[in-house]
Amino acid sequence: MRRVYLDHAATTPVHPQVAKVAVQYMTETFGNPSSIHCFGREARQAVEGARATVASLIGAQPEEIYFTSGGTEADNLAIQGVALAAADGRGHIITSQVEHHAVLHTCEFLEKRGFDVTYLPVDGHGMVDPDQVARAIRKDTVLITVMLANNEVGTIQPIADIARLAREKGVPVHTDAVQAAGNIPVDVNRLGVDLMSLSSHKIYGPKGTGALYVRRGTRISPTVHGGAHERGLRAGTENVPGILAMAKASELAQAEMPQRMAHVARLRDRFLKGLMEKVPDVRLNGHPTARLPNNASVSVLYVEGESVLLNLDLQGIAASSGSACTSGRLEPSHVLVAMGIPHDISQGSLRFSFGRGNTEEDVDYVLEVLPSVIARLRAMSPLGPGKKQAGPAGGRAGAARGRG
Amino acid sequence: MYSEKVMEHFTNPRNVGEIPDADGVGQVGNPVCGDIMRMYIKVRRGRIADIKFKTFGCGAAIATSSMVTELVKGKSVAEALEISNRTVAEALGGLPPHKMHCSNLAADALHRAIQDYLGKKKASGAEGRGARVGTRAGRPGRGGAAKQGRRWSGRRTGAQT
Ligand code: FES
Repeated sequence: MRRVYLDHAATTPVHPQVAKVAVQYMTETFGNPSSIHCFGREARQAVEGARATVASLIGAQPEEIYFTSGGTEADNLAIQGVALAAADGRGHIITSQVEHHAVLHTCEFLEKRGFDVTYLPVDGHGMVDPDQVARAIRKDTVLITVMLANNEVGTIQPIADIARLAREKGVPVHTDAVQAAGNIPVDVNRLGVDLMSLSSHKIYGPKGTGALYVRRGTRISPTVHGGAHERGLRAGTENVPGILAMAKASELAQAEMPQRMAHVARLRDRFLKGLMEKVPDVRLNGHPTARLPNNASVSVLYVEGESVLLNLDLQGIAASSGSACTSGRLEPSHVLVAMGIPHDISQGSLRFSFGRGNTEEDVDYVLEVLPSVIARLRAMSPLGPGKKQAGPAGGRAGAARGRG
Repeated sequence: MYSEKVMEHFTNPRNVGEIPDADGVGQVGNPVCGDIMRMYIKVRRGRIADIKFKTFGCGAAIATSSMVTELVKGKSVAEALEISNRTVAEALGGLPPHKMHCSNLAADALHRAIQDYLGKKKASGAEGRGARVGTRAGRPGRGGAAKQGRRWSGRRTGAQT
């Protein structure tokens, strides 16, 4: 059976050249960078080289890059680290309602510890309004954290505008660039941010490696203790193969960026055009233009996402959904909720994220399979055009009747 | 994550559709995830002669809808009322824990369709069978499953309000 992977926003296959590097640094250059012998010195030199490569991907200085176990740890370190350094158990943080859970849950954690958090709303495209950010800034605001590109709907936030307004008031800005860095041009100075989270496995590197960019002079405390690694900010023996692999992935991403962007955008546009032509009542989620080139997030009316994904999976196609039934917590995606998308429509949300390995044949195969899957499920659905959209409220009324 | 049986019913659901002149129609909304299920029944001489469903929901919701229709087809109204969410889940070889609530949907839609039928019957004056159904479902030893089902749905409704 043909297999088509369209879930690159979840993770990507490791690039063969990257895998080769990882193996080399597991088997040959395996030393501990903290050791003083030649094995250690080789590893140290390699890690410092990798730091420079990753820095160059985002226009940073090598000493501003701190390697972590991934994007989630980078988010935690940025938010908790700045909060800890800036205040003794108090302060105000500004974020948005559409952040990744790595940011949202960290903010909620700090809220329980006495911090105040403002969760800014977004518009129908999932966009944060920079003026609202500026208005939310207080005397005790210690950090603004807004993602660069949304993992679900692909919307790219006006981070440069947010950072400019924040700078006027002297508030540091963190951005989660896990979906953006390596996939679109990202420059810390052009954006004007003070902290940025990066991940390796979204750009054809291995899982378990990421980095936090910290602008020189930013006040931040470590959250993991146990040694002087990463200049005292992140203790623990460096994941040398992971770090070197992330550097290789960054190098390739930087070198191939224009081609990769054009490639995935072409596939995505072919897909969206074909889908809209073949299937009525499909809506694009997220911003029409300010979005990641590889993201096609849509809502298919009158069907539920998990049932679509299961059918696609049976035919070898991998995608994802923000429907409540798909999530382990049985809640619809907080991103779609924040965008004001009604429940019955977010239930039909599907995310297709394209990658460098996809082809036009992949797209055509999906366009062959998906419309019939949707048609079959729609034939099974009590919802449809012209029919009354009886949501849970309808069910409630029914329940009351049944019991009375 | 789903059993083979669930996937089999999901890919090949039985009794999908509507019955235009149904004797009873029941619709429920899932209070957990917001999904919707509608069940149509046709009753002949106290038995479920035909049953069809329409479901807007996950794989488990579709599979349980299909299974419930298969379980009750040909059964007496009283027997059908005894089918609970557990019966359906068990017949499917189990459901993942966070998908158990989907089986409530199927059992509830069925029960509501039957109540709709019984209500209409009562209104039209034909009482007899409805009363018998009530007695039978309440009979000790046999009513366990039905009560279980009702308790579940009772809790559901409570959670919504
Ligand atoms: S119907 Fe929504 S989780 Fe099953």
